[in-house]
Amino acid sequence: MSDSVHEHDQPLSGPALRVKALESLLTEKGLVDPKALDELIDTYETKVGPRNGARIVARAWVDPAYRQWLLADATAAIAEFGFIGRQGEDMVVLENTPKVRNMVVCTLCSCYPWPVLGLPPVWYKSAPYRSRAVIDPRGVLKELGNEVPDDVEVRVWDSTAELRYLVLPERPAGTEGWSEDELAGIVTRDAMIGVAQVTVPAESRR
Amino acid sequence: MNGVHDMGGMHGMGPVEIEKNEPVFHAEWERHAFALTLASGFRGRWNIDMGRYSREQMPPAEYLATTYYEHWLFGLEKLLVDEKLVTANELATGHAEARAGAEGILRASEVAVFLRNRRNARLDDDVPPRFKAGDRVVARNIHPVGHTRLPRYARGRHGVIDRDHGVFIFPDTNAMSRDKKPQHCYSVRFAARELWGPEAAACDSVYVNLWDDHLDPA
Repeated sequence: MSDSVHEHDQPLSGPALRVKALESLLTEKGLVDPKALDELIDTYETKVGPRNGARIVARAWVDPAYRQWLLADATAAIAEFGFIGRQGEDMVVLENTPKVRNMVVCTLCSCYPWPVLGLPPVWYKSAPYRSRAVIDPRGVLKELGNEVPDDVEVRVWDSTAELRYLVLPERPAGTEGWSEDELAGIVTRDAMIGVAQVTVPAESRR
Repeated sequence: MNGVHDMGGMHGMGPVEIEKNEPVFHAEWERHAFALTLASGFRGRWNIDMGRYSREQMPPAEYLATTYYEHWLFGLEKLLVDEKLVTANELATGHAEARAGAEGILRASEVAVFLRNRRNARLDDDVPPRFKAGDRVVARNIHPVGHTRLPRYARGRHGVIDRDHGVFIFPDTNAMSRDKKPQHCYSVRFAARELWGPEAAACDSVYVNLWDDHLDPA
């Protein structure tokens, strides 16, 4: 965020200058409307994000019928919440169990389920993650503090089609009796990509 | 194309570093590179596969040395010129030589609907599947110079059809000639050891979405 503050009092360079020139050209040519650009930015900066996916996960944890529907027809079950459209047209939900961990990557570009997770974080789009997730998933998970025992299977899903994946993490112990909203509050973006597990934060323990 | 974008299995790229409390964008220009790309795509002069292919054509040294939204900016400038919405001279000077018609411009009031609309990579065409769940397959050992969604690490490798997702646009031709070539898209399970050798964990696997034209019976 600090970058954008500084940009107002420093000369633009590199990509900032090119984007500004391109926007000015496309506006002058009547190809884009600056107000629409603001609306696009606002949508992904303030309206769409991993809180959406967390609601799906929490519902699946408390409602076995919803969980079954989600695993059988994720697109329809997620649309029930109104989370539809661009980069989430066809959804697949991958269920973690004590014996199976799922992890999602896009080795070729940056495919990511926008309607439920928002825009992807930098690390997901980065060369280290894209190169290593398929060849060394256990090494990546270990580095991220999520070591996988030898007897647990790791399934890596490379998003090479117009299908988007959401991982359904395991519900952590100690959350019995929690409300759906409380559960949604502890589900993280990284758990829904499959590089973390959901844990109960110390301040939430009862 | 055997480009640097096809990164699965490469070494030496460094550790995965997750930024705490990461903002959606890291600079004002990133916001605008993102929005300009979506708004320009609204005209329908290119499809998503052409969009991906445009970024893949960034020279490899440049691709590795630049950030994500610089890839987008490169791809957008290329598409605008290739599809004749902007001339190379306009891009160089920054000044418009001609104005576009008002039709086809994305307005702020249309953004919400635009983002919620399906773009229909899934098709209704009645095309029979070549494979069914459980079938053993081998990914073709092909090296097209154009766009492909068959990653290098899977080529020539044996796998099993995990599930059939139905009929989809085939990106490899859609990117090059707008030929949708409807066909089934599958999740194919490759054992980690088939891909990476005996050092990989015996129980692990990689699932790749591949199309009929990427696969042969094994």
